Amino acid sequence: MTPVSSWGRLSAHAHDLVSLNDPKQVARLLASKPGGVAHGNGRSYGDVCLNPGGVLWHTAGLDHFISFNQITGRLVCESGVLLRDIQRMMIPRGWILPVTPGTQLITVGGAIANDVHGKNHHVLGSFGDHVRRIRMARTQGDTIECGPELQPNWFAATVGGLGLTGVIVEAEIQLRRVAGPWMETETVPYANLDEFFQLADDSESGWEHTVSWIDCISGGGGRGLFMRGNTTDVGGRPEPKDRKLTMPFVPPVSLVNQFSLRPFNMAYFNLKTLRAGRAIAHYESFFYPLDNLLEWNRMYGPKGFYQYQSVVPRNAGQDATQAMLREIARSGEGSFLAVLKTFGDRNPVGMLSFPMHGVTLALDFPNNGEKTHKLFERLDAIVREAGGRIYMAKDSRMPREMFEAGYPRLDEFMKYRDPGISSGLSRRLIGS
Amino acid sequence: MQGKSIDMTLVGRDAGRVERVAADLRVRSPESEIRVVQADFFDPVAIQATVNAIVAQGAVDIVLIAHGSLPEQGMCQDDLQACREALEINGVSPVLFAEAFAKHMAKLNRGTLALIGSVAGDRGRKSNYVYGAAKGLIARYAQGLQHRFADTDVKVVLVKPGPTDTPMTAHLKSQGVKMASVEEVAQAIVVSIERNQSTVYVPGKWRLIMWVISHLPQFIFNRLNI
Repeated sequence: MTPVSSWGRLSAHAHDLVSLNDPKQVARLLASKPGGVAHGNGRSYGDVCLNPGGVLWHTAGLDHFISFNQITGRLVCESGVLLRDIQRMMIPRGWILPVTPGTQLITVGGAIANDVHGKNHHVLGSFGDHVRRIRMARTQGDTIECGPELQPNWFAATVGGLGLTGVIVEAEIQLRRVAGPWMETETVPYANLDEFFQLADDSESGWEHTVSWIDCISGGGGRGLFMRGNTTDVGGRPEPKDRKLTMPFVPPVSLVNQFSLRPFNMAYFNLKTLRAGRAIAHYESFFYPLDNLLEWNRMYGPKGFYQYQSVVPRNAGQDATQAMLREIARSGEGSFLAVLKTFGDRNPVGMLSFPMHGVTLALDFPNNGEKTHKLFERLDAIVREAGGRIYMAKDSRMPREMFEAGYPRLDEFMKYRDPGISSGLSRRLIGS
Repeated sequence: MQGKSIDMTLVGRDAGRVERVAADLRVRSPESEIRVVQADFFDPVAIQATVNAIVAQGAVDIVLIAHGSLPEQGMCQDDLQACREALEINGVSPVLFAEAFAKHMAKLNRGTLALIGSVAGDRGRKSNYVYGAAKGLIARYAQGLQHRFADTDVKVVLVKPGPTDTPMTAHLKSQGVKMASVEEVAQAIVVSIERNQSTVYVPGKWRLIMWVISHLPQFIFNRLNI
């Protein structure tokens, strides 16, 4: 048994780690030892990738590419391949993953199981929109293949299915043409949510990637920095050197606290405002700004941290976001890692996919125990009232009623669940 | 190997597994020619025939002999068949492959022969001395080969990795043993071949650790539970 934590570092329960190394053996192995859940690179924040006291099927060994068609851009690979390895190999050849989240240090299997989204949701949807085929192993010892046209119900259950329909072993992904690794970017400061929504609407047609950093503490008004970008062809520039820093230890208390937060946010907003405007950026620094700061999650100290990511429908979005920001500012909790972005009007691929047409707010909170939970309850009330939901890849605490209210297709999903798979999250939110 | 075109033959015992690696390499390096050969790794006649077939296709620049399996020490003590297999696959079989390629390289007076030893081969320990003995055999063999080719253009590189995060060590990982990543070890192997280093520890700290362990007086060493 080995202690395993997810990205939020809220727990380190003992797990029975089983490495999956041979794709042909996965179904047999699952059948011989059911009761686990797949675990990729452990970058989800809560308990979706954990199974306290039980088995974790570690997919890092399923890291082989299977085929790639340079003409059509179809990539087939095993589920433990990191998105980073796809990007670094394919971008020089003129192909890119259409959708990636704010870190590329996640596996293909995890990207599908959480149906992750990126900064271009309004143009290209979520990760699942670009998956053409999934092969998964089940604990009964069988294997299921599905895709948008092949057993589409199995596909809709598995995309965003939290690993609960089977263990994804292999996937076929449609990549997208790209000129090179460079992005044309623009940073625009905004003073309040009115300005944010105006910027988001104005950027929808001309900019593929949009995201914003929001100051969750100052004034409660919702000022921030709107960042937008398009991939661009600027010819051969030297690529930046891989410069990695590691947070070397876990500080005894969170470095993010009521003393550091206000000055940091003020400095960040003002410095970035000075340097606002257009720029050329490398895709890695634009898409994955924190990936070169290894183990940054340690900065929240030994008690770990929560990320609260919600989405609320567009019509109620501005009021609900304003109300949440007010609650957060009043509580004095929060972090400088706070993101506000709009989702486009698209049908989600998976039965339990997170994105909906609306606005999503994601914030880190150092774990301050009861105080933090009380704040979450107030935020939950706002999100529920607005008809929104919480992102399970980030969650480790939402109450079951909140989950059921936010994900109306749960009953349909349950028909496809593998009874031999169970995670901390599934027991908390589904009861088994 | 991105951007570089190479011509490589993978030799393995399990055709399916070698093919999986080959498919991966073909995606990573479409310009390269990746061939696959399935062979018996215990039979000297089969090994000779496999090597003959490979060298018949052209001069070989680099040979990396990396096969092995980590047996459970207790099983080797209880079951002589398991003990013998562990010695053969980790010690005898790599030597036979190396010897067959060495002959070919000697004839051409060029080429690099790299063998994977192990830190476990530096001093016998109760927790894995059968495996350690086989790896020690590799080390002594590589030493002799280096002596034989000292004044030639044939280079012999012995790589001694510490515990590495591979399927072979999956059970150690679940016990919480800290391991080097495959990427780190692979990179070090490439560099040591490029630089023609004779003996390389990966990660480098193992040179010091194993020096200390090898030099511990027996009365202290015997008290250690390692």
